[in-house]
Amino acid sequence: MNHWIVAPVILPALVAPLIVLAMRHDLGLQRIFSLAATLALAAVAVGLTLSAASHPPQVYQLGNWPAPFGIVLVLDRLSALMVLMTALLALAALFYAITSGWDARGRHFHALFQFQLMGVCGAFLTGDVFNLFVFFEVLLIASYGLMLHGGGAARLKAGMQYVVINLAGSTLFLFAVGAIYAVTGTLNMADLAVKAPLVAPADAALLRVGGLLLLLVFAVKAALVPLHFWLPGAYGQAPAPVAALFAIMTKVGAYSILRVYTLIFGAGAGDAAWLAQDWLLPAALVTLALGTAGILGARSLTPLVCFSVIASMGTVLIGVGLFTQTATVAALYYMIHSTFAAATLFLIAELVCARRGAMAGRLNAAPPLAQGDLMAGLFFLGAIAMAGMPPLSGFLGKLMVLAGAQGRPDTALVWAVILVTSLLTIIGFARAGSVLFWKTAKSEGEAAAAQAWPAGPVIAAGATLAALAALTVFAGPVETYLEATAAQLYAPSGYIEAVLGQGALAAR
Amino acid sequence: MEFLVASGVGVMTAAGIYLMLRGRTFPVVLGLAMITYAVNVFLFATGRLTLDRPPVLNGAEAYTDPLPQALVLTAIVISFGMSALVVVLALRSYLESGGDEIDVIGEAEVARRIERDGVSGPEARR
Amino acid sequence: MSLALIALLPFMGAVLPALLIRSGRTVCAVSAGAVTLSALTLLMVNAPSVFRGEALHDRFEWMPGFGLNATFMLDGLGLLFAGLILGIGLLIIIYARFYLAKADPMGRFFSYLLLFQGAMVGIVLSDNVLMLLIFWELTSLSSFLLIGYWRHLPEGRQGARMALAVTGMGGLAMIGGMLILGQIAGSYDLSVILQHREAIQASPLYLPALILILIGCFTKSAQLPFHFWLPHAMAAPTPVSAYLHSATMVKAGLFLMARLWPVLAGTPEWFYIVATTGLVTMLIAAVIALFKDDLKALLAYSTVSHLGLVTMLLGFGTPIAAVAAVFHIINHATFKAALFMTAGIVDHEAHTRDVGRLGGLAHLMPITATIATVAGLSMAGVAPLNGFLSKEMMLEAALHTSWGGAGWLVPAMVALATLFSVAYSLRYVFFVFFGQRRYDYPHTPHDPPLGMWFSPGLLAALVVLIGLMPATIAGPLVAVSAGAVIGGPLPYYSLALWHGFTPALVVSLAALALGALTLRRYAALRDRWDATPRPEAKALFDATLAALFAVSRTVTTTLQNGSLRRYLAVLFTVVLAVGLIAHGGAGPDYAPRPMLPVAAGPLALWILLLGASAAVAVMHHNRLFALILTSVAGLVVSVAFAYLSAPDLALTQISVEVVTLILMLLALNLLPKQTPRESSGARIGRDGVLAAVGGLCAGGLTWAILRREGTSISDYYLANSYSGGGGTNVVNVILVDFRGYDTFGEIIVLGIAALAIFALLDGAMHGVSRRRLARWTPDQARSADRHPLMLAVAARLMFPFALTVGLYILLRGHNEPGGGFIAALVVSIALLMQYIASGYAWSAARMRIDYHAMIGWGVVIAGLTGVAAWLAGRPFLTSAFGYVTLPPLDKFELASAMAFDLGVFLTVVGAVMLALANLSRIARLTEAAPDDGPMDVDPSDVRHMPQGV
Repeated sequence: MNHWIVAPVILPALVAPLIVLAMRHDLGLQRIFSLAATLALAAVAVGLTLSAASHPPQVYQLGNWPAPFGIVLVLDRLSALMVLMTALLALAALFYAITSGWDARGRHFHALFQFQLMGVCGAFLTGDVFNLFVFFEVLLIASYGLMLHGGGAARLKAGMQYVVINLAGSTLFLFAVGAIYAVTGTLNMADLAVKAPLVAPADAALLRVGGLLLLLVFAVKAALVPLHFWLPGAYGQAPAPVAALFAIMTKVGAYSILRVYTLIFGAGAGDAAWLAQDWLLPAALVTLALGTAGILGARSLTPLVCFSVIASMGTVLIGVGLFTQTATVAALYYMIHSTFAAATLFLIAELVCARRGAMAGRLNAAPPLAQGDLMAGLFFLGAIAMAGMPPLSGFLGKLMVLAGAQGRPDTALVWAVILVTSLLTIIGFARAGSVLFWKTAKSEGEAAAAQAWPAGPVIAAGATLAALAALTVFAGPVETYLEATAAQLYAPSGYIEAVLGQGALAAR
Repeated sequence: MEFLVASGVGVMTAAGIYLMLRGRTFPVVLGLAMITYAVNVFLFATGRLTLDRPPVLNGAEAYTDPLPQALVLTAIVISFGMSALVVVLALRSYLESGGDEIDVIGEAEVARRIERDGVSGPEARR
Repeated sequence: MSLALIALLPFMGAVLPALLIRSGRTVCAVSAGAVTLSALTLLMVNAPSVFRGEALHDRFEWMPGFGLNATFMLDGLGLLFAGLILGIGLLIIIYARFYLAKADPMGRFFSYLLLFQGAMVGIVLSDNVLMLLIFWELTSLSSFLLIGYWRHLPEGRQGARMALAVTGMGGLAMIGGMLILGQIAGSYDLSVILQHREAIQASPLYLPALILILIGCFTKSAQLPFHFWLPHAMAAPTPVSAYLHSATMVKAGLFLMARLWPVLAGTPEWFYIVATTGLVTMLIAAVIALFKDDLKALLAYSTVSHLGLVTMLLGFGTPIAAVAAVFHIINHATFKAALFMTAGIVDHEAHTRDVGRLGGLAHLMPITATIATVAGLSMAGVAPLNGFLSKEMMLEAALHTSWGGAGWLVPAMVALATLFSVAYSLRYVFFVFFGQRRYDYPHTPHDPPLGMWFSPGLLAALVVLIGLMPATIAGPLVAVSAGAVIGGPLPYYSLALWHGFTPALVVSLAALALGALTLRRYAALRDRWDATPRPEAKALFDATLAALFAVSRTVTTTLQNGSLRRYLAVLFTVVLAVGLIAHGGAGPDYAPRPMLPVAAGPLALWILLLGASAAVAVMHHNRLFALILTSVAGLVVSVAFAYLSAPDLALTQISVEVVTLILMLLALNLLPKQTPRESSGARIGRDGVLAAVGGLCAGGLTWAILRREGTSISDYYLANSYSGGGGTNVVNVILVDFRGYDTFGEIIVLGIAALAIFALLDGAMHGVSRRRLARWTPDQARSADRHPLMLAVAARLMFPFALTVGLYILLRGHNEPGGGFIAALVVSIALLMQYIASGYAWSAARMRIDYHAMIGWGVVIAGLTGVAAWLAGRPFLTSAFGYVTLPPLDKFELASAMAFDLGVFLTVVGAVMLALANLSRIARLTEAAPDDGPMDVDPSDVRHMPQGV
């Protein structure tokens, strides 16, 4: 059994308490250990991804209890990819947090950060619905801590809303799991995939209810309209590095949808087959539209970025909602892209706001910025990425999603929404950029707010941009990997037999 | 008995939802507590109801379903941590801003206030 | 390789100017020039084989799975355009070096210019439509940067955004068209697509594809109704206008139409859309151009008109028209670039571009005047200049074209357009350079240095040379490029000045004469023109955008209004709606499970619960009361657990209840005690309905479940709990063994909660919160005895017992109801009692426990217990247990699960205490003179003893 599979959970889970125990009063040590742990996590993630790429799904039976009775972790191409993304994103965010001094503005930043990573990785790796709930809670409560890091009235109020909405979501999660357990008598995802089609017709309705409530839980995480209201407040008020890390949180929702509704409620689910299909695509289209409206309507930079995140989730979920193998490849590629693009923009947004004095992010003319050209350049690249313009990966991602939507009765609609919103996004970002960097206020001569050369933060933002560039240059290999990933998702027998053993599907 | 439990879940859910829709933090916290009780009982109920058959092995011929109990236990602990956090957050937010309204003043309202009272942005956000 | 390199060189070279600007403007310009020159050389190296009629290919795999590959192709058409782009690019760089002022950041300028150049070359060399799209959008982006180069000019910023919006839209539309083409052809490679003429034109998707692609071409090439961005792009520095907006970028649309000519052209749809658009654009733009006073605006509209001319020719769909189109592209590039540069020189020298303020410049700047005259006359189509030749061919083609059966329509309109183009050309030449010398120029002009007139001069020379010896100079190029467009045998044509006395010649001469005449009547015409109202494209565009922004803002601010109540109401509504729809009202068609009898006790509890729930909803304004009611509900729940054979749950629930209550009381102490009545009746009604429906759904769901029989995997736990987990309390074994991983996560949640709470409260020790706490005045009567003697004593007496009980519960948990969590809560309560009884300071001073460390240790122990299994080669959290006899004790069990449970215990105690201790620490800040004594009356202090005993 490959013990490395559990490492992404154990490593941060042990480093975090160690930080609390041994180095609570020494920020320097905390930084070193936190960074080292994240680097190690990244290394492990790379190893796991390589292993996932060369093996069928691998199972880790916690407590050595056989599935479905014990909890299992499952490493397949998708979970490995998500863990890798998490680790890389975390590196950039952490580096920014350290070099910008954010981690010093409150207590326990690094412990919470590590716990956050533990929760996210756990959610990606688990093969058990209730355990998914547990790790959702872990990553959520850690995210509460991180989001509130640094305090301040506005942040606390926004945090309150974020917490309450997610607690409502957690309650819903339990209702959904309960309903599903009541009619299937099991919690293991693979086992559910086997049992779902066997549910008595009389109980089918309850299974559907459970399944769709679960979809709503994930939709809240993925900021799917109309369950997206929490996002602008939470991400907008969170410290920049935290907001950057949160770029992965919406993807947890997208991941869960992709996992559950291809595995459990996929082709083989009998009455409940493709349960999410009718709901997801329309909602995703509206999400993209409303997100774009937010971009155009934003009065200041940070909300603009937040809404662009919502819009990009719309695009991702359109790809997911098409529920075809090719569209899923597109969705996954765009998901990777949008994660790093969002992170980039959050980091840059803070750098820019910090340089506009009292004006901060508001989209009105202000005196020229310190390091204006650098900032303008970074923003330009980030905007290109988010708007899905070439040469960065967003353009490729959009092409793939569009191609994935081809040959359907509603192709025209999907294309129209994606293309029009792309144009509007370009317009919105062009307006913001020209106001922020070109249209300087009357007091031309006035010295801009003096700012130290932000080496570290710029490196962090540059790193996320570099990730996008790499995603573009190596689009070929990535695409090949994702092809196989989607293939695994749409042929779940491999997953199921890995968990439950050969012949598990005989019943089905 | 089943009816009592089901209706109990229903009533607690209703009270929880109603309180969560109030405008101040404290009722919302209580609402969360109520809805948490409800969901815990619900989760427990997915193992169906049994009398005097606790899942403690003692040679009896039948026991109640232990799994939901374990799940509920986990759920109780987690929700305990959550409600502790949320109540402290409510307190801190009150101490910081001097008010315990749950709603944040939206852009539209801010604009209206600036328009109406001619106050500055930050003031209007208060 | 070399082909890819031609496109890549400018991109790679784009960094040079930005870096080398430090070493001077000339070095900077030279670096840019060198890059362009090397790319041009590379192109020329490949030229011979193209002239031999080959098409060169260059291919790199990029996303083979998706069909997007870096494939390049160089044929006649590519050679023509790449040549124009790089050749004129070189001239522009020279010109710009002298045109730009000292203040202008030249490094940035040349970097942008090279980026644009690379994108342009990429378009004309790509052999994959998806890659072509990439370069296409890149030209939009780089032109955005170039137009907005003068950031301080509002026109520049607006022009840049307008150009980006319009051309960007075209590019996006084109994506759709290209994807359709690729789908039909089964490949995104141009050379493959070009093989599928029949399939494409037969496909039902032909028309949508055609329209989408043409939107792209028309926006880029400024065809009506998308023409309006081009004049506003003139806010850019003149080199940019000369390069992008006359010679290259605006020709990208023409290029693509020519590129796809073999597969798209030849259908009626193509003819009526393309030819008509071209014709109309040609005429209207020519008319507008005549009435523009700004030299660059005049030239801009004339460019639009000439682009329309070429579009029309391509639209005709006949080979001979295609030849004419290609030839005119060459000619237009030469004379129009020259004209823009002369306009730039005039502006640069006389500090104005207003025709009205100019005139007679020939006396002061003869060289410039000569160049402008040659180029201008060529634009007017005067022999023996190259403009004349291609115009002849155009007229020839137009005269044989009938539109919808009307043979006269096209020729008539073309003739009219020609007339106007003559007029505005002559106006540019004569009103600016000839006539009386004036003395009221804003700045007295002189001929510029050689560097500035060299480029236009060279082009003007080309104008003449091509005009005189077309076959020798332009012949081969026209042949190969036209061949590439037609994709078949070339028609008969001759590039020569004299074709005999043809109808075309007549028209052309007539146009010249009438054009000149028009100019004599200019003043009258101008008055009429100014009198006629016209729609202002920019105003429309701006209005549209303004409306767009306004609507978006309204939508966003109305939906995202910051009200959590609204958000939650939406959430609940969606959940209930989806749930009900999903259930679809399925009837009770199942074998119902027998129900349990209802005893009196449970019934009483049920009534209590209902009462409490209803009361808490109604009377929640009194917070203390509401809190108590909530705990009553919790109490009922825990009793219910006990009654329904869940002792562990009952114990957990009750102990959690106590701790939560204390916590909430401590918080409420500092919070307002009343919730104001502020909800409107309507809102209360809405919330009530939501709550009722939610309650019904939750209750209904529970009911539906409870009435069914169900299967479960639980038998396995009952069967293996003792043999495999070494415990008889199955729930506990599940928690610490079967699903110990859940518990691991669960205690971490508690730990994180505690850390977060600590961070929150620690933040309250200073800043606003601190000040508010200091100002805090008790809002209700405080009891006189803060630390009652009895309570303090009792608490201290209870303490050891409580600890023992906790330990006992912890140890027995594996076999009897109990376990680490419950034990931890019992112990915490015992500790809390000390705080309550004797106050924070006293207790904190005596309990020097580092709760942080406790949490840390707890998690670490639990984690390491799990990791220990690795040593035995088992997975994380694999348990082991054995029975040991340790005299004098009886034989007892040791299970790794116990160590795990210890971890749970420590974490929970640490978490609870950390949270509550800090809460009381905060509360203490509110007391002016904190009473730190253990008891109000200290028995050990004799002075309090009554005297006389």
